[in-house]
Formats: sequence, C-alpha cells, structure tokens
Amino acid sequence: MSDDATHAELATAPVLEIRGLKVTTHASPAKPILEGIDFSIAPGETLCLVGESGSGKSVTSLAVMGLLPKGSLTVTGGRIALEGDALLDTSPRRLRELRASRMAMIFQEPMTALNPLMRVGEQIEEVLVMHRKGLSSAQRRERVLEMLDQVQLPDIERVYASWPHQLSGGQRQRIMIAMALVLEPKLLIADEPTTALDVTTQKQILKLIKQLQERHGTSVLFITHDMGVVADIADRVCVMRHGAVVETQPIAALLRRPQTDYTRQLLTAVPSLRPRAAREVTDREVVLEAIELEKRYGQTSRWARLSGRASAQTLAASEVNFALTRGRTLGIVGESGSGKSTVARCVMRMIEPTAGGVRVMGKDIASLGRAALRPHRKRIQMIFQDPFRSLNPRLTIGASLIEGPVNYGTPRGEALARAAELLALVGLPKDALARYPHQFSGGQRQRIAIARALAMEPDVLVADEAVSALDVSVQAQVLALLDDIQRRLGVAVLFITHDLRVAAQICDEVMVMQQGVVVEYGPASRVLGAPEHPYTRSLMLAAPGRHWDFSQFRPLEHVLEEAPTSASDAVVHP
Amino acid sequence: MFSYCLRRTLAAVPVMVVVALFVFLLLRLSPGDPAAIIAGDMATPAQLDRIRETLGLNQPIYLQFFHWAGELLRGDFGTSLMSNLPVTQLMAQRLEPTVSLALLSIVLSVVVAVPMGVIAAWKHGSLIDNAVMSVSVLGFSVPVFVIGYLLIKIFAIDLGWLPVQGFKRISEAGFVPFIRHAILPALMLSTIYIALIARMTRASMLDVLGEDFVRTAHAKGASERRVLFKHALRNAGVPILEVIGTGFALMITGVVVTESVFNIPGLGRLTVDAILSRDYPVIQGLILVTSGVYVLINLAIDLSYALLDPRIRYQ
Repeated sequence: MSDDATHAELATAPVLEIRGLKVTTHASPAKPILEGIDFSIAPGETLCLVGESGSGKSVTSLAVMGLLPKGSLTVTGGRIALEGDALLDTSPRRLRELRASRMAMIFQEPMTALNPLMRVGEQIEEVLVMHRKGLSSAQRRERVLEMLDQVQLPDIERVYASWPHQLSGGQRQRIMIAMALVLEPKLLIADEPTTALDVTTQKQILKLIKQLQERHGTSVLFITHDMGVVADIADRVCVMRHGAVVETQPIAALLRRPQTDYTRQLLTAVPSLRPRAAREVTDREVVLEAIELEKRYGQTSRWARLSGRASAQTLAASEVNFALTRGRTLGIVGESGSGKSTVARCVMRMIEPTAGGVRVMGKDIASLGRAALRPHRKRIQMIFQDPFRSLNPRLTIGASLIEGPVNYGTPRGEALARAAELLALVGLPKDALARYPHQFSGGQRQRIAIARALAMEPDVLVADEAVSALDVSVQAQVLALLDDIQRRLGVAVLFITHDLRVAAQICDEVMVMQQGVVVEYGPASRVLGAPEHPYTRSLMLAAPGRHWDFSQFRPLEHVLEEAPTSASDAVVHP
Repeated sequence: MFSYCLRRTLAAVPVMVVVALFVFLLLRLSPGDPAAIIAGDMATPAQLDRIRETLGLNQPIYLQFFHWAGELLRGDFGTSLMSNLPVTQLMAQRLEPTVSLALLSIVLSVVVAVPMGVIAAWKHGSLIDNAVMSVSVLGFSVPVFVIGYLLIKIFAIDLGWLPVQGFKRISEAGFVPFIRHAILPALMLSTIYIALIARMTRASMLDVLGEDFVRTAHAKGASERRVLFKHALRNAGVPILEVIGTGFALMITGVVVTESVFNIPGLGRLTVDAILSRDYPVIQGLILVTSGVYVLINLAIDLSYALLDPRIRYQ
C-alpha cells in the first residue's frame, strides 16, 4: 500500500497514455466494447484497473499490446501512446519489436500461459533470440539465469532445464515475470496475475512484482477484480464499468471517498475479514458427521510391487472429524492441495473414503454399495464452482430442475410445479423454466444451480467454491440468498472455500485444512478472529487488503500483525 | 523415458498373444470339422485325413495350440492349401509392393495435408480455409476407384506420361521405374488420407491457437511463422500423429481396391485370393502379420508421443 498519494502525482511524461479508446465487435451491427477510455500511467507508477467481468479491463490491456483477437474485436477510435509512440498507427512489424522490449504482459493462468513442450529456460531465452540478435548463446543463457535469480527461483540451473509441468503455479508465474522483464520494458501489464494462485503465493508474487518494479523503474498496469489486492499495491486506481471509466483516483482517496455510486457499491460488496457472530443454536440435530475420515491416493500397484519401487501414496485427507447440525454453516478453508475438496467429495460419496465414516442423518454411508447408497443421495446435494459448466447446455432449466426428483419417483407435473416454486425462491422469473442456461448470467446460473440442489429437498448442501467464479456484487447476492434459504428451509451447508473473507461472512464454524490435515476447527469468530495455529495465522496475514475495512471506507483497527506482540496496538494507515 | 518405452513394448506382447489365440481358435471353433471346412464339399475321406494330419487335429486342443504357436515362433506359418508353398514365402513376395506403396502414400499425404491444415487454421474463416475444407470434403466423398480410374484416364491414357498398370519393385528395378508405376496408385490411396489429415490438422491447430501460451508467444513479439510452427504445430501434434498412424495401419490392409485397379501383386490381392479359395493357413498368416503391423505402428505412435510431449515421458 502506498503511504502517500503525492508520489503518484509527480508529474512527468507518462509512460502510457490512452485517450478516447474505442473498441467494437466485428459483427454487424457492431457492438461497442470500449466507449472512450482515458487514463495514463507515470514512470514507476502502479495503476490498478478494476471492474467486474464485462467491464472491458482485459480488452483495454489487449488493445495496448495489439493482441485483440483478430476478426472479433477492432479499435475504432482513440489514441494509445507508449512513451510518445502512437501504437495504433505503427506497423505490425514495429509493434512486434515493441512487445517484450518496451511493453510486456503477464497473464492470469500460469498453468497454461507457458508452452508445455518447451523447457522454461528456452522460453525466456526465446525473447532474447527474437529481440537481441547480437547476443551469443552463452550470453543469452547467462542473462536468463540472472533473470531466474532475480525472480527468486531456487536452484536456477535446474529450473532453467525444467518443463512447465514440473513447476508449481507460483513458480510458473515467476517464470512469466522473468520472461516479461528480461528486456527491462518500461511498461508491465499484469492481467489478474495472482487470481489463480493461493493467498500465500499471491502475497509473494505481489511482493516480487513490487521489488522488480522498484529495481527497474517499471510502470505497472495491474488488472484485477480484487479490491484487497488493489488496496495493497495500487498508487492510483481506475474503475471501469460497461466499457467506460467510472472514476480514477489515488488509492487512499478512492478507498476513503469514492466519488461515484458504482465504486461505493463495489467497495461495500467486499466481504469483511471480521467474522460475523455465529447464529444462535436452534436445533441440535446432527445432520452430517465425519468420523476419522481418510482418503489415500495411489494404492500400491502390482507393477510397482513387481518392479520393487516404493509405493507413492498421497494422503489427501486424514483424521477429519466434524459434525454439522441443522441450519448451520460449516466452512472448510485451505489452499490448493489442502484436501478440502477431497473431504467434500468423500462426504458426497463421489469418491470412496479409504477409512473412517460419513454419517448423513445418523446413517453411515461411507461404505455403502451403489444401490444401498441411492436413497441417501438425495439427502445431500452439491453446488459447484463454475455455473457455466455445471448446467447441461442442451437441457432447459425446467428439465435440469426436475431430473433429480423424477429419478426418485416424483410425478413430472408435481416436480415441475415444485421447480417453479424453487425458481421464485431463488429470485428468478417463472418463464425461466423453458429457457436454456446460455440465456442467463453467471449469477443467475448459480441461483439455478442452487434451485437444482434444493429440488431434492436435501438436509445438507455442499457448496464447493460456489461463489468463487462470481463478481463481488453478484457474490454478495448469492451469499445473501444462501443465508435466506438456510433460514427458511433449515438446510445445513458445508461450504468449501479458499476465500477467507467469504468464510468470515457466511460460516458459523470453520475448519482450516493444510495438506490433508485439519489444523484448526471451531467457531468462525475464534478461528478467524483470533487464530491460534501458525498456518491459520499465515493465511490471515496473506489475505490481501486486510488492513482495510472496505464497506466502512476506513482502515481497520486491531489488525492481526506479523509480530504477535504488537497485535493490540497496531493501527495501519494506508 | 526408458521405463516408459519398456512398459509400452511389453504391453504389446499380451495383445499379440490374444491375437494368436483368436486366429488359432478361428478355425478350430468354427462349427463342423475344420478339415471338412478347409477341404470343401468335394473332398474325399483320404484328403480329409491328410488335412487332419497336417493340422494335428487328432491331438488335444491345448497341445495343438502350443505346437502351432511354437511353429509360429520359429517363423513357420504353415503351408498354403492351394499352392503348397510356405505361407511365409507367399507373404514375403507380396509384402514389398504393399509396404512401399503405403509408405509412399503416407509421406505424400503428410507433406500435402499438414501445411494445408496449418494454413486453413491460420486463415480461419477465409477463402483459403473454405477452399481447403471443400477439397477435403471432395476427398472423402468421391469413391477411391473413381479417383483411380480418373487418374489413369488423365495421366496414363490421355497424356501418356505414366504406365496404366503394373508394378516395378524398388529392389529390382530401381527408384525411377518404381515411382513411375507407384505414383498414381499412391495418389489414389492418399486422397482420403489427405482429406482426413488436413481436417485433423486444422481442427487441432484451431484448438491450440486459442490456447494461452499462443497469446504469450504473441506477447513476446514472435512472428506469425514462429507462433504457428514453433509453438502451435508441435502442441497440435498428438492428434495429427494419431491420424497418421491409424491411417498408415489402415493403408496396409486397405490397399485391396488400389491393388486391383492398378494390378499390383501386393498383400491386398493375396488376401482376396486366400479368402475366395478358403486357404486357411494363408488367411491365418495374413491376420497375424497385419495385426502385428497394427501393434507395431501403435507402439511407434505411443513412443513418438513421448518424444513429442515431456508430460507423457515422465508419467
């Protein structure tokens, strides 16, 4: 977080200047995507471009790089200047020369952004091969190794010769950063570079970008939807909506005194890291219970035994115990590989636990066979992460909603009537029954997914990252809906999430998992309010924007600090 | 890498054993007396006895199998009932025309089809793309023999550039006479594979061109050619290789029509003759050899995946 707004206002010739940028689709009639974007970035400055999906922030960055998808989007007006060079008028050849040498870009998905069939060292070196023709191969190699060192990768000789699939997500993003900065460009465009990473990795990558930025004096155009990240790294913020700039302000001013209603809404929708108080216990009936649940992968294969190799077993989850009572929400939080989804799948019996029990309404289903399991399936239903892929695109919403009940013997007409009621419950019009998934937005689809789960009249809903793919404002609506449904129907929710803010707002109890093991389990107010385990603490410390109370437009007091002793008196000003 | 190759190679062994067992049972389990089936309706009892003796049909069935399999391993596929020549000798004579023709056709197909597919994908939606797609539909839909006779009509009869029929072995007559005789059959055989490979290349390239790493390559300032051939084509390679491999395997057995049209003494003709005359030992030998070729080609494809993609290598 920058602690002075003046630093950004040091007026010098901007590195990037965009005036009146207009982009439309290629279709006829052309649909406007960007409607006159204006902003500029000063040398060494970090400008955050924020906005929800469809706001045009990624299109803006691609337009700067000259990478708009050919045949679907075109620039129809305006000016983009990189250190005074008008980019829209340059030849494709010159634009290619400018890429990587004066402006570079890193992307959201480090898992797919690297060519899987090329060693990572070679991929960085390729930039030098294309742009620094005079260098010998020894010089190139030396430069690449130096860059790998700068992005703080361990054992750089080995990394140089690694294939992308041998590296973790964070390491791959470091490779992307090394590739982007190897020619010391003036401008780095980072399009959601940490969105796909775990919070602790995100924190490291953000820090690395900051360090390299200071070292090389690079300007950064940082695209993100995450207000927490914005609060941590931005000098200035440019808020976009529906292809237009809503407001541009230095970070401190924006967080304290947003000028527009839209920015205000955006900030208010950010869930607070402060856990809400647990609801009163009204019903003590345990609906879902896990007892010493364990899932091991990679049983010793016959081949491994024959060849005398040690069996490579992974303990995806072990000794997981919890009890969920009617009407409550239990959150399982953790990073990727923590085993939280494994637990959800075991509980659903989508995979078989290798040991332990799962009791649904008191009945152990952990080892039931296919047929014996059937009557219990409807008691526990799941809501998935990506509403764009969890609904069958060839089925109408009605058909999707009644499929489950009809399988369990409900007459069609009755099921349809119930489906219509459910749609009303999740806040969708009745005529949605006859429509198809592609006619709905992400938030609406997730409402449909919730209605589909409820159609089975389950006792437990398992929500696996059910709001992670949604924009904050939509996320807030869906969370409110879940809360409302829970109050009305008394269904219990097992909520799997990596997002501590969401967990703090929706859960009564929280269970923190790390590498298959439960490290902390208790009321949300205690686990997230005063974490005891070092891992929970490190997660809380890595949460972006944790110093800021977004919905109140002010810094948080009494923030958990790195040194536990100073926790009580630390007040941090942005 | 070594362990991957070893595992793949070993996995081919049980497949061949199953094929051998199937071929063996093919004759033994057909209803009725195998000897009678082989000898046909007009056989005398003496002939039947002779056949039973040569096939060892008097022994228990498992002994028959081990005996037969042992002979196979020593390279003895039995004797043709029609010509009384060893089956191995019959097949060896016919192998070269078929294999050389198939190789020539597959090389021709790849050289023509892969660039076609790459360019079509690159210029997706353009006139070139549409032209490539139309040509490939034509390649699929025109029957092979029509293409064969058309080629003969144009290049051999009207223009008189090439011989109408016949075959010259590369091992006896040399390369030029071989090509002069083989190019028309190879063209005929290739049409469908050119269509198939071009389509697969285009589809696979279209997928890959939408991938994030292609965007990364553009963002690095790579030229179109570099993006297409260095980054995209290799990543699109696995499905293309798959089609080429299966295509090649199909060619070995699918040359019957071509060999008939151009009067080439290859395996395809031998197969037709053997089936028409119920020459069981020859049929068995042909099934074993073609299955062997299938298995070998599949093995080659699997191993080439590993060369192409490091992720497969380390599994």
